[in-house]
Amino acid sequence: MTPLRLLYVALLMVLVMVAVPVWAEYADVVLNRNAEANGMRPVIYPHWFHRIRFRCKVCHSELGFEMRVGSNNINMGEILDGKYCGMCHNGDVAWSTEFCDRCHSGLPGLATGIRGASKSSGPGDY
Amino acid sequence: MKLISLKWKAVVGVTAMVFVTTPLFFSSAEDAKPVGGVNTFNRLMAPKSERNQPPSNDGIHDPTNEGTSLLLPPKEAFKDMPPAQAGNFVDWVQSLQKGLIKPRYDRSNPNEEAVVFDLDIVREVKGTMPDVVYPHDRHTQWLDCSNCHPDIFIPEKGKNQISMAQILMGQKCGVCHGKVAFPVSDCRKCHSKKKDGKGAATDTKKK
Ligand code: HEC
Ligand code: HEC
Ligand code: HEC
Ligand code: HEC
Ligand code: HEC
Ligand code: HEC
Repeated sequence: MTPLRLLYVALLMVLVMVAVPVWAEYADVVLNRNAEANGMRPVIYPHWFHRIRFRCKVCHSELGFEMRVGSNNINMGEILDGKYCGMCHNGDVAWSTEFCDRCHSGLPGLATGIRGASKSSGPGDY
Repeated sequence: MKLISLKWKAVVGVTAMVFVTTPLFFSSAEDAKPVGGVNTFNRLMAPKSERNQPPSNDGIHDPTNEGTSLLLPPKEAFKDMPPAQAGNFVDWVQSLQKGLIKPRYDRSNPNEEAVVFDLDIVREVKGTMPDVVYPHDRHTQWLDCSNCHPDIFIPEKGKNQISMAQILMGQKCGVCHGKVAFPVSDCRKCHSKKKDGKGAATDTKKK
């Protein structure tokens, strides 16, 4: 075992330390930049549910969602105008925006970010 | 030899700390076996019974919200899909290839076919880990070339520096693996090519 490898093992174990003991489904995204401040529950976007129905390419290339949580200016006005989630949640591809509580379903106080298995201290979760 | 014993000291020390700070992870005897190296990843995975919790019990959905009870529990959707060790605990690649799921390649046209590109890139790994095989086919079934090229990877073999540290920090392969695609704990899915004689020789020299 080389020193580099040793350092690597140590690093992995430190990352393991900050794991969160909550088993949210892997790759669920919490969106709460403005929702709670405006009296709505945080939004939970489930990747697993959508990827059964759409390839990544549909959202992340065709529809233009950047692959980085928080980097898209998703807000309710744009959604109602048919952008972001509203490109599908329009009563045509999927149910419309009138069903507020299917999207605004998060526990109060959640921070925007991706959830899932264990969490690393870096910007990535392993 | 000295390094190995040092490693074990680290392992024992960190294990002890894990025991003290996160007793939740070690709820059964099965979970409490001594930790060895990177297997730690698997040790800390949710026990089978706690995987794929329904939204009302997953710690992020509000169970008092009416809409929450209308949401689909993951277990129901996953019941016919082959299992995996981590992530959503289902094998998305097999599910897609066997036609168990039929995700659209176009928002509104269910018949549009994916543009699949079949090219494996082998990346030799210094050290004892098996080499990495990056498969274009299994990626382009889900993704567009522009999801990776040129922002994450320059499309030319050898033009990209990739390391495990970057991946753990959420760069390169780690942009997706560890967030949405299967996580880094599944070492063997990426490190899938046994080293040939030549690779092993380089390996000895490195040590
Ligand atoms: C139905 C649309 C949709 C589909 C399909 C989809 N995503 Fe996403 N993805 C999103 C949204 C929305 C976000 C959050 C964006 C934001 O916060 O601005 C996101 C975020 C991400 C992120 C950023 C995570 C982070 O921590 O920064 C990654 C990586 C990602 N998706 C990968 C994928 C992969 C891989 C697939 C296919 C297996 C996929 N997505 C399929 C909508 C989608
Ligand atoms: C398809 C999912 C979806 C539905 C349905 C939905 N919203 Fe939203 N809403 C969002 C997302 C995503 C955001 C951005 C979350 C954030 O980062 O704060 C948002 C943000 C908001 C905000 C914060 C202010 C703003 O303009 O961004 C309010 C208020 C809001 N929604 C109200 C509603 C109401 C009221 C309804 C029902 C009539 C509703 N939403 C239905 C997804 C949805
Ligand atoms: C590519 C199209 C598409 C986009 C973009 C999209 N959705 Fe969906 N979504 C769907 C479809 C289709 C369904 C399933 C509708 C049905 O069952 O009738 C769905 C269902 C859902 C559900 C319900 C899941 C369940 O358990 O039943 C939620 C919550 C949701 N979407 C949130 C969002 C949010 C938040 C966004 C934006 C960040 C978004 N969606 C963007 C297509 C999309
Ligand atoms: C998930 C990410 C990803 C996607 C999607 C992807 N590639 Fe790549 N591509 C890579 C990686 C990683 C390499 C290897 C780079 C290296 O070895 O430095 C690569 C290498 C290449 C190369 C160079 C091969 C060589 O031998 O020099 C070409 C050409 C290429 N890709 C074309 C494409 C095309 C065309 C598509 C779409 C059909 C595509 N790629 C989609 C990740 C991707
Ligand atoms: C998503 C794919 C992927 C997974 C999963 C993965 N690796 Fe790697 N690994 C790579 C790539 C790519 C490289 C860089 C290869 C090169 O040098 O070009 C690498 C390099 C390495 C190296 C060489 C030193 C370094 O840091 O670059 C080691 C050691 C290593 N991985 C160990 C592991 C272990 C242990 C696991 C499981 C915990 C793992 N890897 C999981 C893709 C992966
Ligand atoms: C843009 C997102 C993205 C990037 C970047 C990416 N992958 Fe993937 N990869 C995926 C998705 C999505 C899958 C489908 C399986 C899943 O979701 O778990 C996949 C599947 C794989 C598989 C197939 C596993 C199997 O079960 O057959 C391997 C191997 C793999 N990736 C290795 C890599 C390596 C190595 C890199 C970096 C050089 C990389 N990936 C970069 C998204 C990505």
